[in-house]
Amino acid sequence: MSIRERLSGNEAVAVAMRQINPDVVAAFPITPSTEIPQYFSQFVANGQVQTEFVAVESEHSAMSTCIGAQAAGARTMTATSANGLALMWEMLYIASAMKLPMTLSCVNRALSGPINIHNDHSDSMGARDSGWIQLYSETNQEVYDNLLQAVRIAEHKDVQLPVMVCQDGFITSHAVENIELLEDDKVREFVGEYKPEHYLLNHREPIAMGPLDLPAHCFEHKREQVQSMFNAKKVILEVAKEFEKLTGRKYEYFEKYSLDDAEIAIVIINSSAGTAKTVVDKLRDNGIKAGLLKIRMFRPFPADEIAEALKNVKALAVMDKAESFSAAGGPVGAEVKSALYGKADGIKVLNYIYGLGGRDVRAEDIEEVFDSLLKITKTGQIGEIYRYIGVRE
Amino acid sequence: MGKLIEIRWHGRGGQGTKTAALLLADAAFNTGKYIQGFPEYGPERMGAPITAYNRISDERIKTHSNIYEPDYVVVVDESLISAIDVTSGLKETGAIIINTEKKPEELRRHLKGYKGKVCTIDARRISEETIGRNFPNTPMLGAVVAVSSIMEPQKFLEDMKESFAHKFKTKPEIIEGNMKAIERAMQEVQGI
Repeated sequence: MSIRERLSGNEAVAVAMRQINPDVVAAFPITPSTEIPQYFSQFVANGQVQTEFVAVESEHSAMSTCIGAQAAGARTMTATSANGLALMWEMLYIASAMKLPMTLSCVNRALSGPINIHNDHSDSMGARDSGWIQLYSETNQEVYDNLLQAVRIAEHKDVQLPVMVCQDGFITSHAVENIELLEDDKVREFVGEYKPEHYLLNHREPIAMGPLDLPAHCFEHKREQVQSMFNAKKVILEVAKEFEKLTGRKYEYFEKYSLDDAEIAIVIINSSAGTAKTVVDKLRDNGIKAGLLKIRMFRPFPADEIAEALKNVKALAVMDKAESFSAAGGPVGAEVKSALYGKADGIKVLNYIYGLGGRDVRAEDIEEVFDSLLKITKTGQIGEIYRYIGVRE
Repeated sequence: MGKLIEIRWHGRGGQGTKTAALLLADAAFNTGKYIQGFPEYGPERMGAPITAYNRISDERIKTHSNIYEPDYVVVVDESLISAIDVTSGLKETGAIIINTEKKPEELRRHLKGYKGKVCTIDARRISEETIGRNFPNTPMLGAVVAVSSIMEPQKFLEDMKESFAHKFKTKPEIIEGNMKAIERAMQEVQGI
């Protein structure tokens, strides 16, 4: 029997971390993820976990400490947001290149400047090429479920990569909602004991980690790293299957919502997917074949599967809560369009930038997007493909 | 869609408005509902206007946006009425509940022609007489339950007693005052 609770997204992360009981947590507080190390350090102080909690003086040190701890053989976790993630930047690439299976809770917040504390996806989208697996979460429930699965995915022998679990700052991190929790013993059984194959504190196998890697081997090293991403695609589904058996909650690369017979659809990430679902329901009630695809796994990117899922759609809007300043669209738009190319040609695709810096995303905004798609299917005219919604021009 | 009730709270930083919204979410959760309780964050400082929200439903709540057409508006600080548009989008089938010593008819003329119910509660006096300090959020909570139909009043009282017993484990003397504040607010709220 699961436990019926009500928690904020940050509380959900802290509870999952308590249940996982990692060996090491190193973190530096930054809004809106501050509550995660705050709640977790209370669990440490209360003796509810046996974790070594390292309070550091910056996020660069937080990630460096995580790298050291994980390399030593410890199951390691951290949390951050926005500029905190940015300060970790160079170490993020080192964590993934060293194949260190740690987990990071990223509470998405707009990256400065201008300085802003509210939600968009500019922080984690900027880290998309750092070699980390990225999972995105619509609700507090998904944050909790994704983090539990992240530990298993990261530590799988065929993966051995760090995983970032993202949720929307304030919108889910600070909103209390219903959630179903697993019992502590079930979580511990699901994540299991961490048994690293190679680690620095193993005196029977003295090894070096992270040495200089010149042209003779560096390319092979990177090729192996990307192989882990290929392998992760299989492992992520296996772990999800096992999780579904335990909880009844189904996870895949993405969620299809009223998508199978949809003529117009949107692709979206994180909390606004929920708001968009209410719009899809309303349109369906009016006989309009609207659908939605919510990306859960952005790294690795499920390109073939997305093309397959969208191939029958006539007009599509890809929603980006981050600018890439390419003057040609946002990061999710670029990925989805490139996935469709040659596999699902002929779909009219718009790319919308929305909700930057915490601009509230209302059902009316999503309705306007679907209205535009409907118009395109009727007139065949696509017009401007790179658009903004909810901004004052 | 099951019955969804949306509430918007207006208060000033330091008055416990966010806490009140979270307590209401808690109480509704305990009666088996799906809930959301969330504040709209800005620069956090004492006295600055703050907004908090509740959604309460029999079904899972998917929407993640602020509330623009609430069923109920709760004003924890009367001075906000002249500072912000508190009845913005408020449904006429709903109500506005204001912490004031004035009567509903005195306040209606400041509410830009709002035609729905105007309810008033002297939360300051009640909290001073029961808790001993100006803690308006506890009586406001009672007033909201009395005015709205989000939960059975009796069930709400039982639940609050339990949650206060948990929250003030080390200070049991506080529980009685808080419970009295809620009970009195439920009886004294005007304009229902």
